[in-house]
This record gives sequence, C-alpha cells and structure tokens, in this order.
Amino acid sequence: MTDPRQSPTETILASLPRRRRAEARFHFYGIAAIGIALAFLILLIGAIGHQGIGAFSQTEIALDVTLDESVLDPSGTRDPETLSTANYRAVVRAALGEIFPDAVRKRRDRRKLTALVSVGAGFELREQVLENPGLIGRTMRVWAPADDEVDMLFKGVTARDSGRFTEKQLGWLDRLEAEDRIRSAFNWRFFSNGDSREPELAGILGAMSGSFFALMTCLVLSFPLGVMAAIYLEEFAPRNRWTDLVEININNLAAVPSIVFGLLGLAAFLGFMGMARSAPLVGGMVLALMTLPTIIIVTRASLGAVPPSIREAAIGLGASRMQAMLHHTLPLATPGIMTGTIIGMARALGELAPLIMIGMVAFIVDVPQGPLDPASALPVQVYIWADSPERAFAEKTAAAIIVLLAFLVVMNLTAVILRRRFERRW
Amino acid sequence: MDMSPSTIRPKLTARGVNVFYDDAHALKQVDLDIRAHEVTALIGPSGCGKSTFLRCLNRMNDLIDICRVDGDIRLDGEDIYDPAVDLVYLRARIGMVFQKPNPFPKSIHDNVAYGPKIHGLARSRAEMDEIVASSLERAGLWEEVKDRLDAPATGLSGGQQQRLCIARAIAVRPEVILMDEPCSSLDPIATARIEALMDELKQNFTIVIVTHSMQQAARVSQRTAFFHLGDLVEVGDTDTVFTQPVDPRTESYISGRIG
Amino acid sequence: MAQTVAAVRGGTRPSLMAAPEGRRARQVLGERVLLGLLAASSLVAILTTVGIALSLLFETLRFLDAVPLFDFLFGLNWSPQIAIREDQVGSSGAFGVIPLLVGTGLIAAVAMTVAGPLGLLSAIYLAEYASPRARSFAKPILEILAGIPTVVYGFFAVLVVAPFVRDSSEAVGFEVSSESALAAGVVMGVMIVPIVSSIADDVISAVPQSLREGAYGLGATKSETVRDIVLPAALPGIGGALLLGVSRAIGETMIVVMAAGLSAHLTVNPLQAVTTVTVQMVALLTGDQEFDSPKTLAAFALGLLLFIATLILNLIALMLVRRYRERYD
Ligand SMILES: Nc1ncnc2c1ncn2[C@@H]1O[C@H](COP(=O)(O)OP(=O)(O)OP(=O)(O)O)[C@@H](O)[C@H]1O
Ligand SMILES: [Mg+2]
Repeated sequence: MTDPRQSPTETILASLPRRRRAEARFHFYGIAAIGIALAFLILLIGAIGHQGIGAFSQTEIALDVTLDESVLDPSGTRDPETLSTANYRAVVRAALGEIFPDAVRKRRDRRKLTALVSVGAGFELREQVLENPGLIGRTMRVWAPADDEVDMLFKGVTARDSGRFTEKQLGWLDRLEAEDRIRSAFNWRFFSNGDSREPELAGILGAMSGSFFALMTCLVLSFPLGVMAAIYLEEFAPRNRWTDLVEININNLAAVPSIVFGLLGLAAFLGFMGMARSAPLVGGMVLALMTLPTIIIVTRASLGAVPPSIREAAIGLGASRMQAMLHHTLPLATPGIMTGTIIGMARALGELAPLIMIGMVAFIVDVPQGPLDPASALPVQVYIWADSPERAFAEKTAAAIIVLLAFLVVMNLTAVILRRRFERRW
Repeated sequence: MDMSPSTIRPKLTARGVNVFYDDAHALKQVDLDIRAHEVTALIGPSGCGKSTFLRCLNRMNDLIDICRVDGDIRLDGEDIYDPAVDLVYLRARIGMVFQKPNPFPKSIHDNVAYGPKIHGLARSRAEMDEIVASSLERAGLWEEVKDRLDAPATGLSGGQQQRLCIARAIAVRPEVILMDEPCSSLDPIATARIEALMDELKQNFTIVIVTHSMQQAARVSQRTAFFHLGDLVEVGDTDTVFTQPVDPRTESYISGRIG
Repeated sequence: MAQTVAAVRGGTRPSLMAAPEGRRARQVLGERVLLGLLAASSLVAILTTVGIALSLLFETLRFLDAVPLFDFLFGLNWSPQIAIREDQVGSSGAFGVIPLLVGTGLIAAVAMTVAGPLGLLSAIYLAEYASPRARSFAKPILEILAGIPTVVYGFFAVLVVAPFVRDSSEAVGFEVSSESALAAGVVMGVMIVPIVSSIADDVISAVPQSLREGAYGLGATKSETVRDIVLPAALPGIGGALLLGVSRAIGETMIVVMAAGLSAHLTVNPLQAVTTVTVQMVALLTGDQEFDSPKTLAAFALGLLLFIATLILNLIALMLVRRYRERYD
C-alpha cells in the first residue's frame, strides 16, 4: 500500500482560477441563451407592434355631402331596392366638386380627385341612408375614409415625392389639410368589416367570426371526446400492450405535423364525405383531431394528480368506481382539464397549415353567419394579407397579428389564472 | 500537515451551530470538536440531525435552498462559512461518502479517476492509473475489479459500489472523510471490510461517521457524539460514552429504550 | 367535501341493502354503457392515426399509377408546374423528390443549429443554475415563444430576418437570395427552442440529486458536474428532445411557406433559396385543381413521406425519453 504522496493542496489551489473562469463562462452561456430568446421575443413583438400600430388609425376626409334626391331616388319612392343600388359615388364626387370647383371640370382631374377618397365612402353613405331614408335631401358633413395611398402618405409610410401622387393631388391634399378637412381617427372599420381588396376597407370581423365558429366546432368535438378518452385510459383501462399502444399512439399524434392533419381533412371530410370547402365546420373538425391528443394528455395528467386516497375513500363508502370517478376524481381534476383545454384551443386558434389544406384560404368579403358559411380565420387573414402586394396591407397584416396575439394572451392568461387559483398541493 | 498530537488542536471545530429548514429548527446550538486521525461517530435516533450536521461540515447543505446554517465551523482554524471560501477547494479537502452508494454512470476506472481528473492531480495516464489502482486497493476493492476496470460501475453489487464510492473519495486525498451510514445497505461481511478499512484510513485521514449501529460505533470510533432531537447531548471518548454516559437520554438510547 | 361524502354514504348504503333489484341493475347497466362510451372515445385517437395512414396511402398509390415510384423517390428534378397537356396527364411535370428532401434537410439543419445549443443551454440554465425567481422570469419567455403561432414567425422572418440576413451578408460580399434557407431556418430554430428546452429541462431535472451530490462532494464545480455527470446521465432523454425538435422542423409549414422559396434548387448552400416538402404540399394544393390530378395526388405522396419520417423520429424520441424515465424512477 502506497503512502499518501505529496499533499494535493497546491495543485488544486493552482487549478482554481481556471476552473472559476470556466464556471463563469458556462453560467454566462445559459444566461445568454435565455437572453437571446428574450431579445428575439422583444424584437418580434417590437417589429410587429411598430408595423401594425398604424392600422388602428385611418385617415379620413371631411366632405359636406348633399344627399340629392334627384341623384339617389329620382322617383321619390324611397324603395329600399332603389336606395341600395343608387349611385352614392356620384354624391361623393359632387361633394368633392364643392370644395374644388375647378378640378372637376376636366375629366382626368376629376378621376384623380375622386381617387383620393375611398370607394368605401359611398358604401358608408348607402348604409346610413338605408337605415334612415329621411336623410335624403339633406346636406351633412361626413368623415369619409381616405384611399389607402393617401392614408399611407399621412402616416408617413410613403414620401410625397414617391411618384404615387401628381403635383395636383398633393396640392388638393394640402388644401384639405389646411381647411381641417383631414383627420386621423380610430379605425373602427378594421373591426367591423370583412376582407376587402381595398386596404382601407379591409377588416378582420370575417376572420374573427370564422375563427370563432371553427374553434367552437373544435371545442365541441375535442373536449368531450378527449376528456372521455382520458378518463377511460387513466381510470378504467387495463394496463396491457393494447393500452400501451394507444398511449404511444396518442403521444405520437401530438407530434404529427399539423399539415398532415390537413391532408386527412382534405381526403376524409372533403373528398370522402364531400363536405364544403372553406367552411369553418370542416376547419374545426380538423383542428379537433389535432387538439384531441393534447386534451387527452392534460386530462390524464390532471386525473393522475388527484390522490388515489380520495377515490379509495369514496369506494370504501360504497360508491362504484364510476361514481367515485364522476363525483370525486373528475370534479377535483376539472381546473387542470380546463387549463389544458384553453391552452389546446389557443394553439388551434393560431394553426394555419391544416386550414390551407382544406381550402380555407379563399378571399371572402362577407362576414360568415354560421359554421357552414365560407370563411377565413385569423391566421388565414394574416397569411392572405401578408401575400398582398399593396403596401397598406403590410400594416393590416401586422395588425391582424396583434389581434391574434391579443386573443392568445387573453386565453393563456385565463389558463394561468385558473391554474393559480385552483392550484392544489396534495 | 500538522502532526502535533490530536488533542492539542482539533481538525474541525463547530461552535454554536444552528440549522433551519425553513422554520424547522433541525440543529440547536451544537458545539463539537473533531480530532485529527481519529474516527468520530455520530449516533442518535432517526431524524435527530446527524446527517444535517455531517453535511454542514463540507457545506453540502448549500445545495438545499431552504436550508440555513448559523454558527461557526472551522477547518484547521479557518472559517469554512467565510464568503471567501472556495467550495471546490473545501470539498476537495473534506470528502464525503453517502448513505446510498451513488456511483456515476461511468466505468469503474472513470469513477475513481473523476476527482483526480477535475483537480488535475495526475500528470500522465500512468500516474492516473496508479492513483486509481492504489485507491481501489485501499478501499479493498482492487482484487475484485482489477480485471474489469472498464466495466460500468452500476453493474457492481451494492457493497462493491459503496467501496467504489470510498475509493472515489480517497482518490482525491482529502484530509477529512465524512461517511453517512456507509454500511446501511451492506451485508455483515461487506460491513466488516469497510470497518477494517476505516481503521486503516484513519492513519492518514480524519473520519466522521454517522451510524445507527451501536456496535459499529463502539468498534470503529475513538470518539462518539450523541444527538437527540437536534441537540448534541453528549460527546466523549467512545469507551466512556458507552460505559458511563452522563446524560440519562444517552443511557436510555444506548440501552435501547429510545430511538 | 365532507358533505359529498355524507351524500354518498346516505345515497348508496340503503340502495345496496334494500334497493329493489331493478334499480341496482339499471345502475349497473348505465355504468356499462358509459364505460363503453369512454372506451369508444379512446379509440378516436387510434382511428385518427389509421385514417391518416389510410388516406395518405390510398392517394399515394393513385399517384404512383401516374408517376413511377423510382422517379419519385430518386428523381433529381422537381417541377410539377410545367408541361401539362390535356392528353398527357401522367407525365405532367417532373416529380423527383430529392431536391425537396435536401431543402427540407438543409433548413432543418440550420434550425437545429440554432435550437440545439440554445435549447440545451436554456434547459441547463433553468434546471441547474436559475434561482426560483430567475426561473419564474425565464420560463415564461420560452413559454411565450412556444405559444406564438407559426404564421407570426413566418411574417417576422419575411419582415425582419430575411432582409437582415440579405443586407448583412451582402455587406461582407456574399450573394444571398431574399428567400434564403438561412433566414427561414434561423426563425424556425427559435420556434423550436422551447420544444427542446422544455423536454431537456424535464430530463435534466430527473437526474437523481444523489449523482450531483456525489460530484459536488468530490469538489467538482457546477459546470463540471453538469458536463461530466448530469448531461451524460441524461443523454438518452436529451437525444429524444433533439429528435422531437428535428421532427418539428421537418414538419413545420408556415414559416417555410412564407420565408423559403418555391423553386427546387438542389443545393446545400444556406444562402440560397431552397424549397421544402411542406412548401410544395401547400403549393400543390392551393389554386384551382381537380382533386384527381397528379399534382394534387403528389401532395399526398409528400404527406406520406413526411408522416413516415416524423413517425420514425417521434417513436425513437418517445422511446428514448420513456426508457430514460424508467431508468431513474
Ligand atoms: N432537505 C430537507 N428539507 C427539510 N427538512 C429536512 C431536510 N433534511 C432533513 N430535514 C429535517 O431535519 C431533521 C434532521 O434530519 P437528518 O436527516 O439530519 O436526520 P438524521 O439524524 O440523519 O436521521 P436518519 O438517521 O434517519 O438519517 C429532520 O427532522 C428532517 O425532517
Ligand atoms: Mg441521516
């Protein structure tokens, strides 16, 4: 047996500075990794916020519109049919002519001048008149939406010398501004309109209700199915190779690319069952299949977290296994199940690839009234606008993302609060 | 190294040590000296704070978030809780063997070589092999494993694993070795080997051992400290503590009435 | 709680003793039916998998009627859009999948180059270094990243990352496509970071504390303990985490649809534009086609490839993580 050699103290002491540096380096790498993630997140939110904030305001032009009976309702019947097909654009043009009498003489000038005001001005007048035919014959001041190019100019996105405006147009705009006929107002149209080819009229109401119907379908299908499946697997299923297979299958399904679920929807729901393209119902069904594994997994986890003693106590008091589960285990697991379901729904809300597969990417103006009407969805709207060439759609895209993220934040916060509120340590 | 008689200057001194886990007061005002080149046994009923005290000595309790240690513990007169103390250096000087054998998921050789490797104690492969061989030999494991040093350590029996952990600890050549019930998972033969080993090791090391076995404490230790509900009730030469305990609690524990 | 127990006691005991046979029988029958329903719902997940497999297989077989399997799997040319004559349905365009696989692999490689180190280092930081307070700050960052829809990542890639990559590489004299694999891959990598880190965090935390104590007891520093003891012990599980990341990367759709190219270049240069399997699936199925054209069917063939690849990756990953968990249970 060897005697202890020279005491190792010196060697160890000498190694310490190097090792302390290595330690600090390693610690720093960890913080740096989180820091990079944080920086990316800030950059992403900052860039999208910066890009999208403009879409929440809209440049408007004040016009003193005379709702001339001879133009809108020459026969004076106030027939809704007549009123809704009348030429409101002419009324708008006339109002512009009041301000720039010499511009409307030449046809080319007249076209350039009317181009400054959105076609939406006419639509909005029609809405007002249809609601209140008594307005006909009166003169009133309306704030009409400006054309998207004008909007971009006043938001500073396009420069005056970008070549998008003629000198004359710039002159008219200057005069409108000098006469306080130009303002920037909250863009309520963004929340009350469906999609449109005109950026200044495009809104996300259609997409939101499409998402709503799809999510409701998804919830109605995946929640009961998922919870029931989880109850069976966690509480009643025998432990054997078959349930093992089911379990592996569920875990795998949770990691199958979402686009593959879209193909299933295309082949099964559209191809085989012949359902309609672009319907939120089909979208919701596909999302439900996709969300199901998540709900099963979180429900099983919540059920598993309820201590067996509670169930055993109930059984000991004479309840059947089913009663013990329904009356005792399930209620206690409910907060966890809700939390998981909300998170699953949040993920479904942001999902796009499967919807593309089943054709939910069409351009749809009308706001869907039910799950069978053709519709888009919030992420679909983002995708469609991101692909549109008009510059004004860039800010709409970012704004739609902001709305989408806002919904996600609300859903996830609800989940967090639920979890905090009902968190229980056994 | 200080070679003066151990009675003059203790290797480790603990003064007024209090330990809290959150609000639970696990050790109360403990004063204890550990002498060099002796085996000190810590005994007492379960939950009385033996492990807690042992883990204070190499600051293993720092790893537990809720644990707070007050008081003064010195190694060769240096305060080990001084903020300037380097834990790496401290733990290299005060090694530890745990209650449950915890070999790393590596080969037998690499388990023993790990400590010397990180501290840079071997300048060559040959020197490392030499350290590994002598440590295994001193831990009484060499004969059994010398032909399979590259086999995974987790394949050893419980007793072999525990001796491997001892070899791993002494390969760093610490000054003090702390052992927390090192024989609790071993059969009598393996226990006897480890007890013989401790006798052997105390010539070069200072040993503190936690044990539940009165016989073991009597066999291997020179000094014994009896803990009860967080108090250090009595400490003295092992013979004295076992034959003429001062405190009635010690007496009833030794005679098997509590714990 | 006490009330409910009392209710159960009050409600059940008499029925056991004295209830007429019929009522008891009805209850048993009701429970049987309910149990059957529960078991049936657990089949839906299996049916989904079977449905996916069958529909993909079925459409792929029809695709292979028109395009030989060999040409599909080993063809170096992918251009389904060209040369469609009415009388020539079977030979419309070229359907060689190799360029798509290379493109998918390239982008996934870029993504994992980002997600692997970032995900593992964050996991190590969260599991070993972060104080509870730091953890409660750092973990939500990753959770938020995980919750952002991929269409948002895609838009961000186009809006910020691609121009940045282009400008900065041009500044140092590289030719860069505006739809470079690099931009799409980097953004995809960040998207995958939370997937890798959350699994790796679980796996690392599951390494028994006794192993760490063994290393600390010898005087190892924290980084030495992590590198030499914890990570090797957690290796299988970490492999599983990385594989799940890869599976996510090759199946990811929107980021590449928005930020990567459409034309199938056979290249491994990340500064060039490549296309991926998922991009082509979207391209084949958007626009107006009849359901039965080889172009539409090709999407299913690509889908089948994707499904098989991710299935294999997922199964290996799940097995690794599971086996690992069992080892330290
Ligand atoms: N990590 C911990 N967290 C909270 N309390 C702890 C912790 N470790 C120990 N304690 C408490 O401190 C007290 C002393 O525990 P310790 O482990 O030191 O006892 P012991 O004497 O070693 O017992 P045993 O002989 O059973 O190992 C006990 O009451 C125990 O519950
Ligand atoms: Mg103990």
